[in-house]
Amino acid sequence: MLIAILTGFAFAVLLLFGGKLVKGKLAILSTFIPLGLFIYFARFIGDVSSKNFIQQDYSWIPSLGVNLSFKLDGLSLLFSLMITGIGTLVFAYTSAYLKGHKYLDRFYGYLSVFMAAMLGLVLSENIISLFVFWELTSISSFFLIGFNNDNPASRKSALTALGITGIGGLLLLAGGVVLGNISGTFNISEMLANHHVIVGHEYYILAACLIFGAAFTKSAQFPFHFWLPGAMKAPTPVSTYLHSATMVKAGVYLLFRLSPVLGGTDFWNTTLTIIGLITMVYSAFHTLFRTDMKGILAYSTISALGILVFLIGLGTHESFLAAAVFIIVHALYKATLFLITGAVDHQAKSRDVTKLAGLRKVMPMVAIAALLAAISNAGIPPSVGFVGKDLIYEGTLHMENSVVLLTALAIITNVLISYAGYVAGIKPFVGKLPQQYENVKKPPFWLWFPPILLGALGFIFGIFPILIQNSLIKPILWSIGLEASEVHLKLWHGFTPILGLSALTIGSGILLYFILKPSQKLESFIAKFDKASPKYIMEKTTWAFGRFSAFWTNVFQNGYLRNYVSTITLFLIILMAFTLLQETTYKIDYSSFSKLTVYEIVILSILILAIGLIVFAKSRLAAVVATGIMGYSICLLFVFYSAPDLAMTQFAIDTLTVILFVLVLYRLPKYLKLSDYKMRIRDGILSLAFGGLITILALEVLAQPVNSEITDFYAKNAYLLAHGKNVVNVILVDFRGADTMVEISVLAISAIGVFGLLKLRLKSVERYQK
Amino acid sequence: MEFLLAIITGLLYAAGLYMMLRRSLVKLIIGLIIISNGANLLIFLLGRITKGHPPIIPEDSKIFTEIYADPVPQALILTAIVISFGLQSFAIILIKRAYQVVKTDDLDEMNTIDEDIK
Repeated sequence: MLIAILTGFAFAVLLLFGGKLVKGKLAILSTFIPLGLFIYFARFIGDVSSKNFIQQDYSWIPSLGVNLSFKLDGLSLLFSLMITGIGTLVFAYTSAYLKGHKYLDRFYGYLSVFMAAMLGLVLSENIISLFVFWELTSISSFFLIGFNNDNPASRKSALTALGITGIGGLLLLAGGVVLGNISGTFNISEMLANHHVIVGHEYYILAACLIFGAAFTKSAQFPFHFWLPGAMKAPTPVSTYLHSATMVKAGVYLLFRLSPVLGGTDFWNTTLTIIGLITMVYSAFHTLFRTDMKGILAYSTISALGILVFLIGLGTHESFLAAAVFIIVHALYKATLFLITGAVDHQAKSRDVTKLAGLRKVMPMVAIAALLAAISNAGIPPSVGFVGKDLIYEGTLHMENSVVLLTALAIITNVLISYAGYVAGIKPFVGKLPQQYENVKKPPFWLWFPPILLGALGFIFGIFPILIQNSLIKPILWSIGLEASEVHLKLWHGFTPILGLSALTIGSGILLYFILKPSQKLESFIAKFDKASPKYIMEKTTWAFGRFSAFWTNVFQNGYLRNYVSTITLFLIILMAFTLLQETTYKIDYSSFSKLTVYEIVILSILILAIGLIVFAKSRLAAVVATGIMGYSICLLFVFYSAPDLAMTQFAIDTLTVILFVLVLYRLPKYLKLSDYKMRIRDGILSLAFGGLITILALEVLAQPVNSEITDFYAKNAYLLAHGKNVVNVILVDFRGADTMVEISVLAISAIGVFGLLKLRLKSVERYQK
Repeated sequence: MEFLLAIITGLLYAAGLYMMLRRSLVKLIIGLIIISNGANLLIFLLGRITKGHPPIIPEDSKIFTEIYADPVPQALILTAIVISFGLQSFAIILIKRAYQVVKTDDLDEMNTIDEDIK
């Protein structure tokens, strides 16, 4: 299975080198990749339907418990077949839809990366590797939505989708880690064994919420649904494949997969039911106000995802069965509807349902496919949609509480969805063909064959539900630990209340189609409510966040050196004060200090005067002279306290500095006082606080005992090893000779720099300044 | 005496920081000089001070026979003084050059120079 997953990635890498080959007539050949994988997975139907699940493990990071474990059970088999099966059709369809596109190779690359990632996602047994593949699907979706990268709206939609699903991915990682900590394993099947521990754990709510966040963002549940309509900016094959049939079902897949781990509690069921209900009704209503075929289909997809989440939330045997069937039903008819939308768009260059009409005359095969899909979508027998819809009603009718409410909402949603199907699948093909479309050419084979194949499958499965019952549906229920021997999918149940509800749904749907015509008016009406929509709120929030970070950056990264210095010092003061003032004893042992003598007092007084003069000097010369005095005073201090070498160095250096300063002085402008009174007071306080803390620090250190180990070593060995009597000199030129060497090089470089700057001739630019 | 030296060290740091916070480039350099002197004094003080006993082994013996000042901080400070001179001299010349080009000593007027020169 690892090889099957890696095939897609390998193909994408190969396209980097051999991309030109698939751009031309050979594009159709890339279809063999998903087709081969489809056949590979189809071979397992026999094993899986006899409850023989296949598991393969590869060590990846065993120390962290992260392994590449793949498991093929009913649920992952269904998804694998959908991914590779619809993938095959989409690959073939693309060869006609994007024929001759200059980035066709790139497109196939993204598609196959997505296919591989999605396969990895549904086959992963380990929640961490599931997360990795989950993120890969988000990333490939980002590239596919932004495929028309010269269109700003495309780029924006791609970013929104990446943002929303990316956040969801992080929540999944967090949720996986929490689950792993609770149960001690990252393997989903091992978590199953710990179901009671997990559900009873204090972090259960947290784990469930994180998983919800991941699933709701990926599967476009309210209030995160808005990225999906935006994602329709992608070329239609992408919308078919990622944003209706497979990727957006990843969230549903996750909830399905984790239901036996986290499910069965009131919190789990209630949250999923409510969110599912809101999503399905909210977006089903939205379909009424759209005129773009893809927009209609996008909202009806969200609504269908809402139904799936809702069914999982009900948590009964019937509802899981309904969800399993509905996944297949929806994949078949929705993919078909998207494919026919692409064909219409490709040939007639429009997706506006208010303008399109009578296209059956120019593209009869597409019209047949559309009709088949619309029928299945509406749940009219003998399509598989009818089977699916019956099961949904069976699910809601078997609930203990609020049967009427749940069933009523399910009916409303189904009516609206069937209306959406009629508008997208029938309306463009009936009526009188407008003049402008009379010359529309017939679509090529690969544009009409895939939808008609899928549409026909919807009928074959409807007439012979046994085909999917044993091979797929039963294993799905087994894979989440439910009994499935009683499952019998039937088209005809006899005259039951459910049949009545079905008839009611179909009838109201058709009635609605004839009463309500999609129009620009309706679309502009709903646009008025945009300001209350989650999308608008999200955009405003990100905008505000951007503004806040710009403000924050401007405050701290203001480009003024002194502000940086004062900010850094302020925080240093706070930190130092925090530690020093807490631990300071304030006991100073004066007896350990050496006695004061008169000449010391004199030197110190001069030093203080010099410092004062520097700070308050009015002229630059005075400040420089005072700096010199300060240096000489320190030099004298070195003399008093047994450091003759230091004194000599300080004397020489200080003299040189003063000379250098005076040399450049006459070129400089007047010594200005640039800052105002307040600023100086503020800086003064800051500086004094800093200096005060340094004093306290020094006194604190003086109160500690001295460690003289290193000193003793040098003192003992200065003469014995290095044959020198001045220990300071011996350290510098002998023990640490290499350091001194480097130091001399630094000085040499600095000297070269000074020389260079002095001798540098003014360039023309600088002359221009003068 | 150590107590007074500690206060002086703090004073040097305070004065140095205050000068560094000024807008004038010259004051910035002077502040740098003061702070580096303060740092030298701090290291010197924390290595403990000893009066009248430089770390030089007497003529007639091979090792110290009586107390001596700690040579390690002295070696460190000597290095520091020399290096800071390298820095200061370079900075001073840089001010001069900068003034020749932009005609100002005010840091605030210097920060847009990238846009002005073509």
